[in-house]
Amino acid sequence: MDTALLEEQFEARIAADDRIEPRDFMPEAYRKTLIRQISQHAHSEIVGMLPEGNWITRAPSLRRKVALLAKVQDEAGHGLYLYSACETLGIDRSELLDQLHSGKAKYSSIFNYPTLTWADMGAVGWLVDGAAIMNQVPLCRCSYGPYARAMVRVCKEESFHQRQGFELLLTLSRGTEAQKAMAQDAINRWWWPALMMFGPTDENSPNTARSMRWKIKRFTNDELRQKMVDVCAEQVKALGMTLPDPDIKWNEERGHYDFGAINWDEFYNVIKGNGPCNKERLDARNKAHDEGAWVREAAAAYAAKQAAREAQSAEAA
Amino acid sequence: MQGELYEVFLRSRNGLHHKHAGSLHAADAETALQNARDVYTRRGEGVSIWVVPSKFITANDPNNNDSLFEPADDKVYRHPTFYDIPKEVKNM
Repeated sequence: MDTALLEEQFEARIAADDRIEPRDFMPEAYRKTLIRQISQHAHSEIVGMLPEGNWITRAPSLRRKVALLAKVQDEAGHGLYLYSACETLGIDRSELLDQLHSGKAKYSSIFNYPTLTWADMGAVGWLVDGAAIMNQVPLCRCSYGPYARAMVRVCKEESFHQRQGFELLLTLSRGTEAQKAMAQDAINRWWWPALMMFGPTDENSPNTARSMRWKIKRFTNDELRQKMVDVCAEQVKALGMTLPDPDIKWNEERGHYDFGAINWDEFYNVIKGNGPCNKERLDARNKAHDEGAWVREAAAAYAAKQAAREAQSAEAA
Repeated sequence: MQGELYEVFLRSRNGLHHKHAGSLHAADAETALQNARDVYTRRGEGVSIWVVPSKFITANDPNNNDSLFEPADDKVYRHPTFYDIPKEVKNM
């Protein structure tokens, strides 16, 4: 069958809300877009373990420590679901890891910010995981089956992440003056980077229209960002805290909160590699991968030995 | 060095089928099983796990679906609604 006809059928299936599965025909640009998006998403989960791992040994109670451990373990799992989904598109996981470790691949710029205080664990859970959920819920209906299914699993688990973060901030907000100040400071530092997680504005996001047509994305960056602002402007009241934006104001006419201008220079600067922790994150990831080499080698050696033994005993019998 | 690709199937509780959950890499089947436990059943999602090397799965080519599944398309008599039963006979 010729490609033009196949592409026509593909577009018709997308239009009919059919799902595309790994062995189905898909245009090369669709495959490439998905590989880029899913692998960036997977890398973000893996690198996302680092800022939180920073606080595991210093969690103030056993309850907080087990929650943080479970959360970081979940992120590892999410990375794996996503690498698996990406592999169904015909790319090898080792190649994806190479792209991450060499610095060729991108991951969410939010993880290039440092986690300076314990309250950051709360702000990360509430705002960073909150933004991630806002992004991921519509992806559960993504046109590519394996990605959508991975997102269903991720979203189920992500809810606990956000709630534990909010609860952590709530506890601090009811604590001493110093604890309250620490919580407010964390919110101040994470608010704007969290809003940047939705990506450039719609007019500066050239691929959005195509991804929407292919039903990879269901909402634009700006639509999701507005949702985030609307939700958080209300939730912050329960904390008795404020968002660091004097322009946040309910707009009756729009039915949304207005908010101030985002510092896009900062966003592009962090993406380019000049954020506070870009180098540290990549170094940590490479170090973990390199220092884990002996484990992978040992597992392979053990598997080979077992296989040889089995073959030998089969021969003897 | 990333081992072989395995597909993971979970039975969520007894009485139900195993259902495909995802995939993972492992050096051998035993490790695959342990990894599947850690990755796919952290919240009681399963009471039974199957891991199968992906290379052993044979699948049809979806491009030939029309001809492959065509035999089912014109056999309406395989469905109960094909048969006329008087109204007095309820529930058959």
